[in-house]
Amino acid sequence: MTEAAQATSSVDSRPLLSVEGLHKYFPAATSRFRRNERFIHAVDGVNFTLAKGESLGLVGESGCGKTTTGKMLVRLVDPTGGHVIFDDGVGEPTDIATLHGKPLKEFRRHAQMVFQDPYDSMNPRRTIFDTIAEPLQVQQVGSLVDRIDRVTEMLALVGLTPPRAFLFRFPHELSGGQRQRVAIARALIVEPSFVVADEPTSMLDVSVRTGVMRLMADLAAGLGISYLYITHDLAVARYMCSRIAVMYLGKIVEIGDTEEILRSPQHPYTRALLSAVPVPDPTVKRPPVMIEGGVSTVVNPPAQCRFYARCPLADDYCKTNDHPPLEHKGQEQIVACYKA
Amino acid sequence: MAVEVAPQSAAPSLRRVRFALAMRSLRENWSLFLGTRIGVIGLAIILFYLVLALSHPILMNTVWDERIYDPVVGYAFDETRQPAPPSRSHLLGTDPLGRDILSQLMHSARSEFLLGLLAAVVTVTIGTTVGAIAAYYGGVVDTILMRFADLMVMMPGISILIVLSALIGVEHFELALIIGILSGFGGASILLKSQALSVVVKPYIEAARAAGGGPAHIIFIHIVPNLLPLSFLYMMFTVTGAIFSEAILSFLGLLDVRMSWGLMIHTTEAAGYLLQVGKYWWLIFPASLSITLLCSSFYLVGRAMDEVINPRLRRL
Amino acid sequence: MSGAPLLAVEDLTLHYATRAGEVCAVDGVSLTIEKGQALGLVGESGCGKSSLALALLRLQPDNAQILSGKVLLDGVDLVSLSDEAMRAYRWNRIAMVFQSAMNALDPVYRVGDQIIEALEQHVPSARKQLIERVQELYDLVNLDHSFIARYPHEYSGGMKQRAIIAMALACEPDLIIADEPTTALDVIVQDHILREFGNIRRELNMSMLYISHDMAVIAEVSDVVAVMYAGKIVEYGTAEEVFTRPIHPYTQALMSAFPSVTGEKHELATLGGEPPNPLGLPPGCHFHPRCPFATDICAEQEPPTVRRGEHWADCWNPPEEQGDD
Repeated sequence: MTEAAQATSSVDSRPLLSVEGLHKYFPAATSRFRRNERFIHAVDGVNFTLAKGESLGLVGESGCGKTTTGKMLVRLVDPTGGHVIFDDGVGEPTDIATLHGKPLKEFRRHAQMVFQDPYDSMNPRRTIFDTIAEPLQVQQVGSLVDRIDRVTEMLALVGLTPPRAFLFRFPHELSGGQRQRVAIARALIVEPSFVVADEPTSMLDVSVRTGVMRLMADLAAGLGISYLYITHDLAVARYMCSRIAVMYLGKIVEIGDTEEILRSPQHPYTRALLSAVPVPDPTVKRPPVMIEGGVSTVVNPPAQCRFYARCPLADDYCKTNDHPPLEHKGQEQIVACYKA
Repeated sequence: MAVEVAPQSAAPSLRRVRFALAMRSLRENWSLFLGTRIGVIGLAIILFYLVLALSHPILMNTVWDERIYDPVVGYAFDETRQPAPPSRSHLLGTDPLGRDILSQLMHSARSEFLLGLLAAVVTVTIGTTVGAIAAYYGGVVDTILMRFADLMVMMPGISILIVLSALIGVEHFELALIIGILSGFGGASILLKSQALSVVVKPYIEAARAAGGGPAHIIFIHIVPNLLPLSFLYMMFTVTGAIFSEAILSFLGLLDVRMSWGLMIHTTEAAGYLLQVGKYWWLIFPASLSITLLCSSFYLVGRAMDEVINPRLRRL
Repeated sequence: MSGAPLLAVEDLTLHYATRAGEVCAVDGVSLTIEKGQALGLVGESGCGKSSLALALLRLQPDNAQILSGKVLLDGVDLVSLSDEAMRAYRWNRIAMVFQSAMNALDPVYRVGDQIIEALEQHVPSARKQLIERVQELYDLVNLDHSFIARYPHEYSGGMKQRAIIAMALACEPDLIIADEPTTALDVIVQDHILREFGNIRRELNMSMLYISHDMAVIAEVSDVVAVMYAGKIVEYGTAEEVFTRPIHPYTQALMSAFPSVTGEKHELATLGGEPPNPLGLPPGCHFHPRCPFATDICAEQEPPTVRRGEHWADCWNPPEEQGDD
């Protein structure tokens, strides 16, 4: 199902999105009267590119900053620093990290988001039509009749048939899988260039999950949409993404071709993450995972490898030197580790 | 704005669909409401007083002689002593000034309704808007609005009303506005803001922002409609509060009103009958019972609505 | 395995009375768990697996009713016990760990005190002994002793779940029921907890009912697997049998829909349709509207049980029996 998605990738040499040194620091304690000097480094200097039609998986444990990164790309979170150059080949390349006002509102037609929770991502008091048509309504696209037609089309496209039967129902009358299809329709109705999908299938049942995954892949291939696919599940990333980036405590520690990373993970964290995924085969016994569980938040982190405290390979060099830079290891694999 | 140049066919049909949906949810909630015993009792009491209030002008124009039965300036010429006990012509007797108590009771019911509902609407309109705005913007806006709300809550309402009635003369309309503004900017906005906070963090608010929706769109399309159930509930409790305040103030003789339940008790007290309840019960009971009943009926309806809105309280 | 099983559930049926109508959450379920055995119960949300777990402990909500069936623990029928007698069984003989259990710790008391308080009600003894017991339990689940005197907010999600497991093990129960205990946790933490469960079970020779929607987790923890769909167990067998030679089309679909990080990347199967609405279950085999192999009879009559040794499934059109591959 992702072959088509892969085929359309890397057609254009210029990436759709170039993320450079993206930061987000949250104040660790809020007080209006005192200057805050303690910051949680949620996202700390992230670099990557997203090609047109490509889907990049952003993988990591909860609290690693993957959702914050995704939300910065659609400007639901304002970056503390860094650049996100958006270049769809039509308009001028723009840095969306600093957009505001009218240009930001216009940019929102190019970037949409699908949320994790199919139950809370829709206003329970609005009909499916209102929900899907919302981007058109606020962007003042088309007349009411056009919108009804567009929404009907989208409903058919995401496999909710007959579409007329869904138009004026309420979210609570739909199942989780159906709601997530509605969420996808809402994101795609403005024909965006890229969509940030934040664990869109993690709350769905297995028997409907693949249907939604397949739909997303097919739509991306058909409409030439790029995804930043955020997930904690490497197995899902394998099926949805041609490349994956592994995040740990606000940093990307490894990025590269999906199959290559799954076959030979270089960073000790990626290895641990991969070996912790349970295998649906009772005859297979996995080797034990080498590292301790649990990610803490980082308040003003020391100048050393972020993974130092949990790393089985760490030595004094890792302790006394700054966080390692991302370096090529293998064909397209880029790793941030002194020991890999 | 690219105006919706919808042909006649689509727009009205959309409106019809929305109307049908609204009616359906109303029907569902109504049947739930009927399932709560307290709600039905409360509604029955409210309807009883509504009938009293509405039938007063009819009676005045048909069977009741204006000179005898006018609630303010009438005089029971047919009685020899005032206050007269209940009789065939005066079912609840007359007051120390010779006015028919039933007529006073019915006349006042209308102003109590208007007062209560106006105060409630003002309260909830202000409270919902302020609460939604404070929750959405947060930060400085939130701080200012909430400190202002604290100030309103701390205001000694009765004392302010005393001063105001001395200065400008407070009637039912002014009283409703004052109560509405005080509790709207005060308790109501604090309560509704805390509810709005739980709405603001929902992903559909983020989805609306990602769609390009501005503050007005998010506040009035997404936040306020989700506050309405609680607003409506708060409205019911405000009615109770307003009627009760009115009763206290007019009992103290601080209101510039011509007739009300509180004033009826005040008249009794001024004429020195207040402590002879046993002998002159018809002077006290009809008015005080009405205050109690109407106040509690709105409260009961509010409680029943709470059960309808809040599925966790619902009996399965 | 032979001898009388530790737990035998016989034809258990549980109904919920809701405003919209009667819901049959558990429909004539029978299963057995031997001493020391781990039974994995797999199914999707709403299939009745959690209702079943609650019913075993008689903790079902007020609007639920056990209509028929027996829950035999060492031959004693728990369904017919008095509430008082049932309380003695809970926690002492059967303990539970729920998904939401992580939030069950009271934030204002030290975790150790909460375990001690719970212990006191079941095995009254001197405080010093109780503390020693808590230390033993913390050793068992690999938690540092220094955490006994700390508050829940100082624990990470995984540590809270370990503390809950420690609490569940306190009375050395014969059976532990774990309902999605790792669903809210990250994979690395999940891996540790799963290993913990395995070790403890081996050390104490404890039986376990492990409930999850995750086929992979079930594959790792279970000796025997039961697949549940729309209130019924549709397939039952040893883990190896069920995973290598599934009979029921639903089990097959779940397995081929499950993405894996190991092995060749296979095409993921998509199961059509929606999970069944418990208020209007399809007649005949409840799975027939979504089943690729359904025939006319599936919609009309309840499917027969197909037996292949200990391994069975309810299906009209089971696949041909394969030889060893």
